[in-house]
Amino acid sequence: MPQTSSSSQMDSAVVSQDAPPVHAPAIASFVPDAGPTAQDGPPSPVRQYLSTRGNGGLADKTFAAAMLVCALSIFVIVLFILTVLILRSKLSLAQFGFHFFSGSDWDPVSGSFGALPFIFGTLATSLLALALAVPLALGVAVFLTELCPAKLRAPISFLTELLAAIPSVVYGLWAVFVLVPIMRDQLGPLLYQYLGWTGFFEGYNFGVGLLTASIILAIMILPIISSIARDIMLAVPVSQREAVLALGATRWEMIRTGVLRNARIGIVGAVILGLGRALGETMAVTMVIGNHPGISKSLFAPGYTLASVIANEFTEATGDLYLSALIEIGLALFLVTIVVNAIARALVWAVTRGAPARVH
Amino acid sequence: MSTDPTPIEAPADDNGFMRPPMDFQTRRMRWNSMRRHAVNHLVTGLALLSTLLVIAPLVAILAYLIYKGASSLNMAFFTQIPAPVGEPGGGMANAILGSGIILALASSMGIPVGIAAGVYLAEYGRGRMLAMAVRFTADVLNGVPSIVMGIAIYSLIVMRQMHFSAFSGGVALAIMMVPTITRTTEEMLATVPHAVREAALGLGVPKWRTVVSVSLRTASPGIITGCMLAFARVAGETAPLLFTAFGNQFWSYKLNEPIAALPLQIYIYAISPYDEWHRLAWAGSLVLILMIMMSVTLVRIYAGRGALKGAS
Repeated sequence: MPQTSSSSQMDSAVVSQDAPPVHAPAIASFVPDAGPTAQDGPPSPVRQYLSTRGNGGLADKTFAAAMLVCALSIFVIVLFILTVLILRSKLSLAQFGFHFFSGSDWDPVSGSFGALPFIFGTLATSLLALALAVPLALGVAVFLTELCPAKLRAPISFLTELLAAIPSVVYGLWAVFVLVPIMRDQLGPLLYQYLGWTGFFEGYNFGVGLLTASIILAIMILPIISSIARDIMLAVPVSQREAVLALGATRWEMIRTGVLRNARIGIVGAVILGLGRALGETMAVTMVIGNHPGISKSLFAPGYTLASVIANEFTEATGDLYLSALIEIGLALFLVTIVVNAIARALVWAVTRGAPARVH
Repeated sequence: MSTDPTPIEAPADDNGFMRPPMDFQTRRMRWNSMRRHAVNHLVTGLALLSTLLVIAPLVAILAYLIYKGASSLNMAFFTQIPAPVGEPGGGMANAILGSGIILALASSMGIPVGIAAGVYLAEYGRGRMLAMAVRFTADVLNGVPSIVMGIAIYSLIVMRQMHFSAFSGGVALAIMMVPTITRTTEEMLATVPHAVREAALGLGVPKWRTVVSVSLRTASPGIITGCMLAFARVAGETAPLLFTAFGNQFWSYKLNEPIAALPLQIYIYAISPYDEWHRLAWAGSLVLILMIMMSVTLVRIYAGRGALKGAS
């Protein structure tokens, strides 16, 4: 390789970096050919070795393509789920149309299927669970980001994350043997006595029902909402807090005007994410909701959700129409959770974009 | 500054001469200030209370679980298969094995795909519309209810094969693992400083080699954390297994036959009317939760010492 003087100068400058820095430019300019380059002999063994290895272009392209395929597989999975659910529920879609979601008659024997009781049960338990969980979750998030002594922060957030790690079926087991008796014998009568006039706590109280399901759901979605809300509050710049404090605000005023107001979009996103989780939660709810399709004002009444009717009746479904009605319920659940999650993610992204990544 | 030999003459503030006239508060101002501080304390108390209220069920659940589970845990639980109704004893050995098989299957499918998709998002797709769309889809897929995954895989695999199988259960769980792993991998790769990659590329290392040996290697503690968390999450899943793995009261090793799984067995026993089975359900829950918590705690410890702490 013919050597030009300018590149040899550069080489020598690079080589002479070991010399004291003051003399380096002087050496480079006075002795332009210093340095071990510019020979005409055979290429060095290193260069020979490298040239036999090729430039790796093929391997690079293969690798990139493999990664791309895996990334695209996520699209494929979603599309597959959607197609297969639509195909398998075609029978019920064709027979009932939109009436499927407005009919309240669920009678597999006579072949009439209406999903309204399940929609009611799902919405009632999820919204009630949100009403119970959101204030608590925000309290935890505020406590962890703003009030908690630094020493306690890690253990408490670890504990709330442990709450998220408990499997649904274990929550259900606990609810069946601990929460249901409490609801039946202590909390239920108390609610009836003091809040019975509202009409929400009437009828027989078996311990299982909408309220019990909502409480267990609230416990389950709490860690999700609080951990995302915490991340969003951490993403609010410290300067915002300092500015509000510098104006003489108390700590709560700082939290309200400096933190919560800035984070409100993301907090709404966190709440909707919790809603998405609550809508699709199956096992624990199935174990305590009572599994009776009906629409009732009383929260003591047993109910049924979209997810739990699938869990209970899917393996026992006889006949194609029954099966396809259940799959249509699954399709509805899939579409609703996709919409809910998409909205929530968009809101959370709008706030936390550019925030540092974290280990969950 | 403190060693300055000549101290500055301080104003005569001990007799109140230079104090600004701050004490002309009206009654209203004093009341206002009192109210604001009262609200402040009230809210602080409420936040503390809600934290305690959140930790209370966790402690209650864990305490009751340990109390109930530990008293019913014995050797037979780990060595025997379920006994017929009415007979004492029996265990969940086949369910533990079944869970192990399904989870191994799910991990072997879900982890490579998840990591590869994360690599694409972080290393190849930066700033592209396609990557944005994949990221969004992964987040949305993460929120799809597990029961829906169950019926989708049922319709896709079980209906074709005409029988329940361990394989279909593994596929359902693998799909649930992918989005979590993808997003964690991407986030962890994003924390790897560009200088590290550029150093490798500058030495003439091909890009794929840079990704595998430098980026992934540097981010590996975080990626392992993500994989373990995804594993812990699907280890307790029951709903997707109801119509795929289906459960089995006997030993089963074959991938194309119904297989028992720990969460399934807990569910079946929990809703049964027999005390003996309730006892086993508690023991099973304790074992399941110990497995999950151990992995989560290990992850915590492991993630604490990242390879590049503070370097990014």
